[in-house]
Amino acid sequence: MGWIGESVDSIKSLQIRQVLTQAVSLGMIVTSALIIWKALMCITGSESPVVVVLSGSMEPGFKRGDILFLHMSKDPIRAGEIVVFNVDGREIPIVHRVIKVHEREDTGEVDVLTKGDNNYGDDRLLYAHGQLWLQRHHIMGRAVGFLPYVGWVTIIMTEKPIIKYILIGALGLLVITSKD
Amino acid sequence: MHSFGYRANALLTFAVTILALMCAMASLSDNFNSPTPSAQVQVLNINWFQKQPNGNDEVSMTLNISADLQSLFTWNTKQVFVFLAAEYETPKNSLNQISLWDGIIPSKEHAKFWIHTSNKYRFIDQGSNLRGKEYNLTMHWHVMPKTGKMFADKIVMPGYRLPQEYR
Repeated sequence: MGWIGESVDSIKSLQIRQVLTQAVSLGMIVTSALIIWKALMCITGSESPVVVVLSGSMEPGFKRGDILFLHMSKDPIRAGEIVVFNVDGREIPIVHRVIKVHEREDTGEVDVLTKGDNNYGDDRLLYAHGQLWLQRHHIMGRAVGFLPYVGWVTIIMTEKPIIKYILIGALGLLVITSKD
Repeated sequence: MHSFGYRANALLTFAVTILALMCAMASLSDNFNSPTPSAQVQVLNINWFQKQPNGNDEVSMTLNISADLQSLFTWNTKQVFVFLAAEYETPKNSLNQISLWDGIIPSKEHAKFWIHTSNKYRFIDQGSNLRGKEYNLTMHWHVMPKTGKMFADKIVMPGYRLPQEYR
């Protein structure tokens, strides 16, 4: 009877080790993704260093599904820059171009007006009711780099959550069943 | 070890790496281009010049813009966004930038152009400082790449002056 007990023990220990390895490797993947994201936040100084373009208001420059890399430096905002801003009362940030800048002599505060390249008029209609200008605190970052198409992955996942669940399920299954 | 999954994974990883490398190289190759653009702007007419009821000065003008931006285009250029801004100082504001006209140049063939236009966006000051105001007209351009880093530069054309009286 001794050898049966031994083999059962070995199987048990093997499974525990395997489960532990898989848990650790899964944890590594999640934490390294988090580390990269937080490091990007530190380097770029923007709270969301990468954004996906959701609307066609900047076409043909930026199409839906393109990715923009943001940077938020201390440099003053100037006309022509493409900025990402949040308007009070709107959840989704907007990516548009600055067309007018008024910078105060004494305080250095700025009044900024934006417009989408593909829109006919300026953005005052999008701003909060009665708001004429954007201030510095509305602006989350300026676009410095561009990568086409990659953002479609997130657009598809947010609009068709089923695909997201299938993908997560398949990956989970792969992690559980894989033996290396 | 040599299962379908592993091979597909290796192929995918390799393809994505190569693609990322090619994008990075295309973006870096833009640095070898040293453009020599040129621009001229004439203010042909001040159409009207008045004080709005809320106290802000507004001016409407007719502009003649000609520019040659062909040297900005490289193989990684998707389009060039070009705009003309009036820039001036007032006692209250250390910088005012007002875009007067803008355009999107889709290709090198369209990059040498000539346009006769009145200002596309309203030229309104924050306050009433525009009478006799000296200002710069600045041609800015933003090069949008097919992939990678965006470039921007400008030509400043100083020495324009608005009329002393409303009209």
